[in-house]
Amino acid sequence: MFVSPLFFIGLINKVKAVWAGRKGASVFQPYYDFFKLLRKGEVISKTTSFVFKISPAVNISAMFFALMLIPIPLAGSVISFPGDFVLFAYLLGISRFFMVIAALDTGSSFEGMGASREITFSTIVEPAFFVIIGSLALLTNQNSFLSIFEALAVSSGYTILVKILFVVSLFIMILVESCRVPVDDPGTHLELTMIHEVMVLDYSGPDLAYIMYSSALKMVIISSLAVNLLIPASLTAVPALFVFVLILVLISISIGIIESLIARSRISHVPQFIFLMTALSLIAFAVITFFLHGNH
Amino acid sequence: MSWVETKNLNVISLNDIQVLPLNDFRDELIKKIKGGKRLIQFFGNKETPGVFLYAVAADDNTSKLFITSCKFTDDKAYQSLTPEIPSVHLFEREFYEQFGIKPEGHPWLKPVRKGIEGINNDEPHYNFFSMTGEEIHEVGVGPIHAGIIEPGHFRFSCHGEKVYHLEIKLGFQHRGIENMFLNKNHKNVYLLNLSESIAGDSVIGHAGTYIRAMESLCNIAVSRRVKSIRTVMLELERIAMHLADLSGLSGDIAYLTGSSVFGALRTKIINATMSICGNRFGRGMMRLSGVNFDITPEIKCDLTALLNKLNDDVDLAAEVMFSSVSVLERFEKTGILEKETAMELGLVGLTARASGYAVDIRSDHPFDAYQYFPVYKLTLESGDVFARAYIRYIEIQQSIKIIMEILNNIPSGELSCNISSLQPDSMVISLTEGWRGEISHIVLTDSDGKIKRIKIKDPSFNNWLALSISVRGEGISDFPLCNKSYNLSYSGFDL
Repeated sequence: MFVSPLFFIGLINKVKAVWAGRKGASVFQPYYDFFKLLRKGEVISKTTSFVFKISPAVNISAMFFALMLIPIPLAGSVISFPGDFVLFAYLLGISRFFMVIAALDTGSSFEGMGASREITFSTIVEPAFFVIIGSLALLTNQNSFLSIFEALAVSSGYTILVKILFVVSLFIMILVESCRVPVDDPGTHLELTMIHEVMVLDYSGPDLAYIMYSSALKMVIISSLAVNLLIPASLTAVPALFVFVLILVLISISIGIIESLIARSRISHVPQFIFLMTALSLIAFAVITFFLHGNH
Repeated sequence: MSWVETKNLNVISLNDIQVLPLNDFRDELIKKIKGGKRLIQFFGNKETPGVFLYAVAADDNTSKLFITSCKFTDDKAYQSLTPEIPSVHLFEREFYEQFGIKPEGHPWLKPVRKGIEGINNDEPHYNFFSMTGEEIHEVGVGPIHAGIIEPGHFRFSCHGEKVYHLEIKLGFQHRGIENMFLNKNHKNVYLLNLSESIAGDSVIGHAGTYIRAMESLCNIAVSRRVKSIRTVMLELERIAMHLADLSGLSGDIAYLTGSSVFGALRTKIINATMSICGNRFGRGMMRLSGVNFDITPEIKCDLTALLNKLNDDVDLAAEVMFSSVSVLERFEKTGILEKETAMELGLVGLTARASGYAVDIRSDHPFDAYQYFPVYKLTLESGDVFARAYIRYIEIQQSIKIIMEILNNIPSGELSCNISSLQPDSMVISLTEGWRGEISHIVLTDSDGKIKRIKIKDPSFNNWLALSISVRGEGISDFPLCNKSYNLSYSGFDL
């Protein structure tokens, strides 16, 4: 899990290249980039303070911590305790917080714009995420990632519908959180249209490598949540791990295909797209409450 | 008669041009433009003694051009025409910058390129328009940009994501190209290379405009074969640039299919240009009194096959692109430019036509093979990014048809002829519809038959302000898209 994130980024780029009729860079290109950046020197703006310097470290540690909370077949969660999903949400929050204040720290008007966009969109994503995980807790009567997903693995009747709704809304969350089309365009060089990329414009060298890595890791972490919903309980540990990786690969490929086929949304329309996630989660929540009441 | 009547590429004697008193000049020009004529050029020329100011207006319905002038001897100022005729605003600033004669009452008297005495072009002294307020923020972009593009500074005044005003400061690439044409023998190929370098994306456009002006002054009538070949090259340039822009527009909205397909098609066209003249951008194709390379039967055959294929490919790609909801969501109602604004500002080219303002030199003031193959003016009404993208698509289709027609009827004839000397004391106006719009070169000769003044105007000169106007009220994140939909030249403006 620690090694894989950059591979998925490489995979998305490969899918896009093939779709565009190009041969494309190797799927391992992000690794070369990562190690290249680690060897490079850094340029740090004179207007920045220590906040700018510690942000990449905070980011990457928050992501590692978040990763440890995610259940993985064969291994389970490294750390699991009641209410760990609240910690998970706040770990994403703290990484975002540091990213944003580091961007503001540079004093660049571009980065300020990116920061305000990032905050606007994540304000809409966060409640939707709590609706998802809260409904799942309600449904399973459990209170940690590990136990929720274990209980969910046995699916029956309406839970399949609920799962589909949640997987779709988690997929939207992946697109938002990892800044993919139609929310953001990771390939653009136009500062005025960027969200995530513009906030890290001032980073270079190892710091940039850490940021690149932690945003890739973030994508894999959120994808893993969706994958956990999809793995059937009938599988034993080793095939389950295999299916787990397979679904992660499929998610990357579908992100690549989406980026090839559709254009990016107008920034003023992005909130509407994210509200789709909220709406889907709320529908699923409504379904759950309806059936739970029906059973009692 | 205060105006001399002429046509595109007709030579007139400088002595025939009336020198009006300043007040009459002003009244006449206002009357002409308010009477529906279009301002083509407004420029000065230093004589001993004094400075002549020439104005050229066009009647697009009758293919006529009108010239008049006035003279400044001791005056250092005159009453600005801009409040009456908005389309003259940039010309007056340029005239002030070049000759120091001030248009009193000009609402926006700022440097055009190199700065004016008293109005410094240096950053700390340049007086940007600014908004004040607690929640107003300014965003400065450039002059150095991400990507390999030319330099220009953009200053946005925003409230949140919304742009209230955009000020564009250019001139970073000013090379003094007009002066480089002076004091050279007109047969010198250096001048031709210079004209090819005015704007790198309009090589055939600018070189052709320059060459036609010189040929008129030399009294050279080139063969119809040469005219046909030049027209084919100009249309190839148009197709290539329109494809590049459709690719760029797709790229700016992260629409991968469009950006790769149109990009690949453009490569095929510029490679075809290379197979004709050895350079993908058409450098080296044009020569004074003819063309350097022929379109042989083999090239004609290959080109016909390529264009037939291209026609189908472009149709398919455009159909997919312009029916994609995600693309239309970005293009439609973004960066709207109203027809009235376009007319008032005197816009030219596809930008004007996308706003419903029908100006096209190919049909209004035909030159080369367009005299034999009339061009139908294509216009769209909405004036948004969609219109500027879609008009590129239909112009590609139109250009393919034009090339096919010309290739099927290409007459035989000499590729070049002897160059004689330039007519003395004369003036010629050469207009061309480049892919971006109206390119105009005006050449004046002195009594020895040497070039004493060349006035160059790239369509970007007319159109930059349109970009500022059309991003007002838009989100700042849509600016790059609007900018690409105009795709204006920095070097063509800076000269």
